[in-house]
Amino acid sequence: MFIVNYIKDVFNALKSLAIGLRRTLFYFTHHKEIITEQYPDNRATLHLADRFKGEVVMPHDENNEHRCTGCTACELACPNGTIKVVTKFDMTPEGKKKKAIDKLVYHLELCTMCNLCITACPSDAIKMAQTFEHSVYDRSQLTKVLNKEGSKIMEGVE
Amino acid sequence: MVEELGTNTEGDLIINVGPQHPATHGVLHLVITLNGETIKKVEPHLGYIHRSIEKMCESLTYRQYIYVTSRMDYLSSHINNHACALIVEKGMQIEVPPRAQVIRVLMDELTRIASHELWWGSMAMDLGAFTPFFHAFREREAINEIMEETCGARLTMNYMVPGGVLDDLHPDFQRKVKEFISLYKRKISEYDEIVTGNIIFQNRMKGVGVISAADAISFGCSGPALRGSGVSCDIRKIYPYEIYDKIEFDEVLETAGDSFARYMVRIREMNQSIRIIEQLIDNIPEGDFQAKTKAVLKLPKGEFYQRVETARGEFGIFIVSEGGTNPYRIKFRSPGFSNLSALDHMARGSKIGDLVAMMGTLDLVIPDIDR
Repeated sequence: MFIVNYIKDVFNALKSLAIGLRRTLFYFTHHKEIITEQYPDNRATLHLADRFKGEVVMPHDENNEHRCTGCTACELACPNGTIKVVTKFDMTPEGKKKKAIDKLVYHLELCTMCNLCITACPSDAIKMAQTFEHSVYDRSQLTKVLNKEGSKIMEGVE
Repeated sequence: MVEELGTNTEGDLIINVGPQHPATHGVLHLVITLNGETIKKVEPHLGYIHRSIEKMCESLTYRQYIYVTSRMDYLSSHINNHACALIVEKGMQIEVPPRAQVIRVLMDELTRIASHELWWGSMAMDLGAFTPFFHAFREREAINEIMEETCGARLTMNYMVPGGVLDDLHPDFQRKVKEFISLYKRKISEYDEIVTGNIIFQNRMKGVGVISAADAISFGCSGPALRGSGVSCDIRKIYPYEIYDKIEFDEVLETAGDSFARYMVRIREMNQSIRIIEQLIDNIPEGDFQAKTKAVLKLPKGEFYQRVETARGEFGIFIVSEGGTNPYRIKFRSPGFSNLSALDHMARGSKIGDLVAMMGTLDLVIPDIDR
């Protein structure tokens, strides 16, 4: 009886293996079902979702102007100290001192893409970019200054 | 022989599995005492990925601490974040808009399916079948793309905020989810063909890692690990949160208590999640996706506890608040830790080859155990 059961088991096992292999054969012959993307080769057509959180950037317009007032709301909202706002005092034409940002330092290596700085910003000065290829040779290259050289605040942003 | 289990005697073989081992899916270290091929004792050694998340949370505000919990059980990060948002809403008595509630439940169930898909793939891979891993990832990819479009991330979403959700649903969301449902229904039969119906697979799972209902409860198991032993423990049914009390779904129970029972619980749970999504996807109410909250959140003085059902079991947060902007003390009850503690009891007396089959069905996520 043991022998009969043993042989039965072997045949059942082979049968269920064949059922599984049928599925493999199906995909072997149906190429349309394959959904693999050839990543580095399809870079030109690669589409990322608009909301994808890749890194924090500060959009500038054509006059090299940004919307950041230097209120440090993003710095306070960040859980890991990713953002450091360095402020300076500009002189307005009327001769008054006005607070402005000198540098907005962003540590990409510390960022967890939690989106809290974007929600905290009262003047929509920063946003998430859809970049994702962040590999560099040295981690100091991941510390970025978000405002461009010589940029200043947009008219009318308080 | 039986009374020797759990003790070390001379001549025993001691084997270290992990912390770097493909079957442990993370930095879990198991010290196994063997007598021949029979397991006498399994000792899990923890601490390889301890990041002191509880202590970290004490220095973060109630908006900031949510992102850390995505890094605990990264496969059900939405559900962890959900618990964090719920406890703040409970403490501050914030009314969540109905649209946000439905979105949250939809996202939770999608996460549960994604998590079970990955578990199914890696479980089959542990037992030597490599193909199912790719089949599981194909369906999971569809969910990941839905998540990416709406939440902006694929794994650590940070989409739940106190008072609602971060952003409204993407216009394509409903269409994509319906596409996913039809894809899932087409492909789920393959799962039975390749793995569930396979005799070799069944023989390796049935009668392996049996744990009785009483033992499972005493070890603090929860989720599919306990429901496989026939104990009703679904938090969505017992302590309903959000709109779970208005949705029709069954709590999946199996009575055998072995690895195959836990396996079937998860497979059937995916179908229940699909059922929940089907009920909600056409009935998302209009309105706000986020309640108006104060800029600075402060929990009143007192103690708060909130539990949710993650893909692995009961996830609980306990907060002691002194009335400030940070929690005074925070404690996470993670399902993985309690489920792992039952492994020793399950494994004693069985053969070493079956250990992987037991570990696989416990669905251990190591960062969730260590925190």
